Amino acid sequence: MADGSQLPSANRRDVLAGAGLVLSFAVVGKAGAAEAGGAAGKLNAYVRVAPDNSVTIVSKNPEVGQGIKTMLPMLIAEELDVDWAQVRTEQAMNDFATYGRQFAGGSMATPLHWDELRRVGAAARMMLVATAAQGWGVPATECTTASGVVHHAGSKRKATYGSLATKAASVPVPDLKTVPVKDPKDYKIIGKPLRQVDTDAIVTGKPLFGIDVVVPGMLYATYEKAPVFGAKVAGADLAAAKGVKGVRDAFVVEGGAALDGLLPGVAVVADSWWAARKGRDKLNTRWAEHPTSAQSSTGFAAKAVELSKAAPGKTERNDGDVDAALKGAVKTVEAAYAYPFISHANLEPQNCTAHFKDGKVEIWAPTQNPEPGRQLVAKTLGIAPDDITIHMIRGGGGFGRRLMNDYMVEAVWISKHAGAPVKLLWTREDDMRHDFYRPAGWHFLKGGVDASGAVVGWHDHFVTLGENGTAARSAGMSPTEFPARFVSNYRYDLSMMPCGVPTGPLRAPGSNAIAFVVQSFIDELAHAAGADPVAFRLKLLGDKPMVGEAPSGYAAGRMAAVVKLAAEKSGWGRTMPKGSGLGIAFHYSHLGYFAEVAEVAVAPDGAIKLVKVWVAADVGRHIINPFGALNQVEGSVLDGLSGALHQAITIENGAAVESNFTDYPLMRINEAPPIETHFIKSDNSPTGLGEPALPPIVPALCNAIFAATGKRIRQLPIDTAMLKSG
Amino acid sequence: MAFKLNVNGKVLSADVDGDTPLLWVLRDTLGILGPKYGCGVAQCGACTVHVDGAPMRSCAVPVEGLGQSKIVTIEGVGASAVGKKVQAAWSELDVAQCGYCQAGQIMSATALLAEKPTPTDADIDEAMAGNICRCATYTRIRAAIKLASGQKTEA
Repeated sequence: MADGSQLPSANRRDVLAGAGLVLSFAVVGKAGAAEAGGAAGKLNAYVRVAPDNSVTIVSKNPEVGQGIKTMLPMLIAEELDVDWAQVRTEQAMNDFATYGRQFAGGSMATPLHWDELRRVGAAARMMLVATAAQGWGVPATECTTASGVVHHAGSKRKATYGSLATKAASVPVPDLKTVPVKDPKDYKIIGKPLRQVDTDAIVTGKPLFGIDVVVPGMLYATYEKAPVFGAKVAGADLAAAKGVKGVRDAFVVEGGAALDGLLPGVAVVADSWWAARKGRDKLNTRWAEHPTSAQSSTGFAAKAVELSKAAPGKTERNDGDVDAALKGAVKTVEAAYAYPFISHANLEPQNCTAHFKDGKVEIWAPTQNPEPGRQLVAKTLGIAPDDITIHMIRGGGGFGRRLMNDYMVEAVWISKHAGAPVKLLWTREDDMRHDFYRPAGWHFLKGGVDASGAVVGWHDHFVTLGENGTAARSAGMSPTEFPARFVSNYRYDLSMMPCGVPTGPLRAPGSNAIAFVVQSFIDELAHAAGADPVAFRLKLLGDKPMVGEAPSGYAAGRMAAVVKLAAEKSGWGRTMPKGSGLGIAFHYSHLGYFAEVAEVAVAPDGAIKLVKVWVAADVGRHIINPFGALNQVEGSVLDGLSGALHQAITIENGAAVESNFTDYPLMRINEAPPIETHFIKSDNSPTGLGEPALPPIVPALCNAIFAATGKRIRQLPIDTAMLKSG
Repeated sequence: MAFKLNVNGKVLSADVDGDTPLLWVLRDTLGILGPKYGCGVAQCGACTVHVDGAPMRSCAVPVEGLGQSKIVTIEGVGASAVGKKVQAAWSELDVAQCGYCQAGQIMSATALLAEKPTPTDADIDEAMAGNICRCATYTRIRAAIKLASGQKTEA
């Protein structure tokens, strides 16, 4: 895959139609069945069977470490009834007409494909069975399959899928909606722990990633943008850069004003990336003044306090009478919570390889979201979307950063100017200073409990980033966010302030911050009520199994079950040594129900030792690939802990201060605690695991610190100086 | 200027400036793409290679100082018995998520086991703390090192 020119082209499926079985399916509910056999139109193509009975299954979505290139083909292989050892999986091209939306986001791959891709496999199996039955003159219903072979017991005949595939390709495609699927008790692949299909390539250092793409004649590029987001180039010493050995060109890109588009900057193109970087060091770029160049993190925080004291911009939800309820409460608590901007810090910095030639573009991009990239490139360069080919290359971490495609449009622009294929690679400093950050936010809370320990009132004045009543990207909060609907007197006020810092989705967007606020404040109320934090939460969740209705329904019963399980597994209630504590929190996001307990020990100097974490999760009745599932849960938990303990992007003079792992630390192995994960297999359709394990760990940690020290963390990242006791 | 580098048992020529970091000579000049760029300042370990058996951050090693040193990258580490065992353990436990850091992790783990065949948890912390895994596969990295060293892994 290092040689990008060797990657399959968008039209390869047509070529392969003659080589074996190519199953093309109408997407359920999108294209008519009549179109399914057509040469063009809204067709899907996932399965090929070669004469030697090897099976190729296409994975439609981008792989960024979530294990999708293994998991999606598992669904098809199960119902196709082949052995996993027969299967080779192949990354799809970005091809909306064939595959519909192809993205890695929202932990949506499982809920969106659980049913459909199993049916794709089942339909393919049915076509192979029909072909065998017809050839033998027996009813298809008398045929069985196993390990990629059709059997007819009565006549003791059998045929491999490989021997049937060419004929089967012309059998009418069964209706996906009605094709029968297996009884789960017969599953041989779903539910089995399988290694990632690219594991051996990873451990032997094969070139798999965007940064590894090599195209013949390729040049290397670096792109310098203004520290103040979106500022224009006022001048640069282009000649000096061009004087560096190996530099081919240096030029100014005017760019536009949209922070998620092509921003102004200076490109340096060279024979090697190191030469491009050395050329860049000579640029001495001057930047124009920009309207947001006075913005700062401290300024945002001060403005948030000011806004919290004024009438809100809008009341998003107002149930009952909060003011009266708080007045009548036995105990009330008032607290202000805040969290900073944080960066995705993908270990593979943003990069993209592009080749603009004769008005057409070929792109090799580690992107989580190629289709909007295509549209951005088309619009910015005035190219027809159909003249853009996008190879989806494995990304060295996603976490939401690669849902944006700024690096893609930059690479294409630079390639066009350079007249050659170009690999654009950002420096670490570029990556950290030009992110779409998890937005900072401020919550001003009041809550009250009655004599029975019930929450009687909850008021959140949320101050976020945004303008004209529209929150900045990923800076909103839903009016159904917990504990809305669980507290009868509940008000959610919202105020906004403008912000020139680009924001965007970061693993469990919204939830990754809101859970910290809500579950920490619940803990404060529990302690105010003199109640046990677990018992207090169960009482708040109540007795109803479901609160509200789809799509925003909250399965309180499922949540209560994971809270109880996390408490049980962690030995909740046990006596803790001095300086140690257990903290619990729960959160629902991305259709997953998670409760987590953290155990910490806080030293007299304030140093926090993460002793252990227990996770209880309900993501439905199947864990499709337990190997991958555990990895996602553990990674999410450590990701949350890493952010809570260490991470903040500070804005000063309109720009990000932090620039590398020296001032923006990530968790290292010596800090990582053991994690024990338990799944409740409830009778619900399976849902995704890329995100929902993250949000509850942050408040679980903070609540554990409170249990250990009596000190309440209301601001992230955690300031260990305030935990000193010695 | 031309340098002769001993990489994975072969002598290869690279015509580059002497201050070019080894990482970029390997990647852009020699086409050895296993070592990865993560930070450029020896903070993340994604570029780790062995120089005469010692783990080094190749992003911070200028090519001019290497002389006849024997350089081993992830592409060549499987030639040693220890490296092969480490790769097998990484594969068996399916350590990776995105996989970007794992070449560097395997190089550091191999150097550790070559020196301390049965490392303690503290040894692992010390030897591996220079390698960041952004996906945070640390529990499996620890388990894989123990597996490769023949130690029982905790459940």
